Amino acid sequence: MLDIALTISLTLVVLALLLNVYRLAVGPDMPDRILALDTMYINSIALIVLMGLWLNTKTYFESALLIAMLGFISTVAVCKYLLRGDIIE
Amino acid sequence: MTLYVILEGVIAFFLVAGGAFAFIGSLGMAHLRDFYMRLHGPTKATTLGIGCMLIASMLYFWVTQGKPDIQEMLITLFLFITAPVSAHLLAKTGLHMQLKHIDETGGRPPELRPEEIGEKPVPHPDRGHG
Repeated sequence: MLDIALTISLTLVVLALLLNVYRLAVGPDMPDRILALDTMYINSIALIVLMGLWLNTKTYFESALLIAMLGFISTVAVCKYLLRGDIIE
Repeated sequence: MTLYVILEGVIAFFLVAGGAFAFIGSLGMAHLRDFYMRLHGPTKATTLGIGCMLIASMLYFWVTQGKPDIQEMLITLFLFITAPVSAHLLAKTGLHMQLKHIDETGGRPPELRPEEIGEKPVPHPDRGHG
């Protein structure tokens, strides 16, 4: 049962990543692309968690935490750049 | 034995629910027509999806290794704190760049009415006006 659920979940997350790539390539304006990147790092955290379940190891959670923090910081930095024309004033 | 079957069902349910929520959020972001509509999908559904997935992972390692692990809830907590902040900044960026939107999308940037514009400059305490 767990194998089937893991396969379904992996398929859905990979499809979600493909949709994010579509929005990243098509997205008419800059905030659309930032939103696509924001969703993409969240989905990649989900992919790392699923990989930890698949390989039955807890090694990768620190990398998931790192990706979460740096993704948030990069989203804030790009938004500040578009809002103010500068990141650190 | 029955307990393990029930726990496996719960973990499988959380996994499938997490994947479905993440997919629905990304589908909303790819499919909706307007930037302010597209903002809804990832900020709510995807965060909920990854919360479900981390709960499933925590339950799985709790069952197989015998002791609960709090570190994984840390990612959920961090994402639940940071998702509204980044959504707020993205919405501010969208308003600042004056993106195109359809008529039903409310929340235009507040504009000054002509009768509200003052004559005198704003006093600035650093330059000796205060």
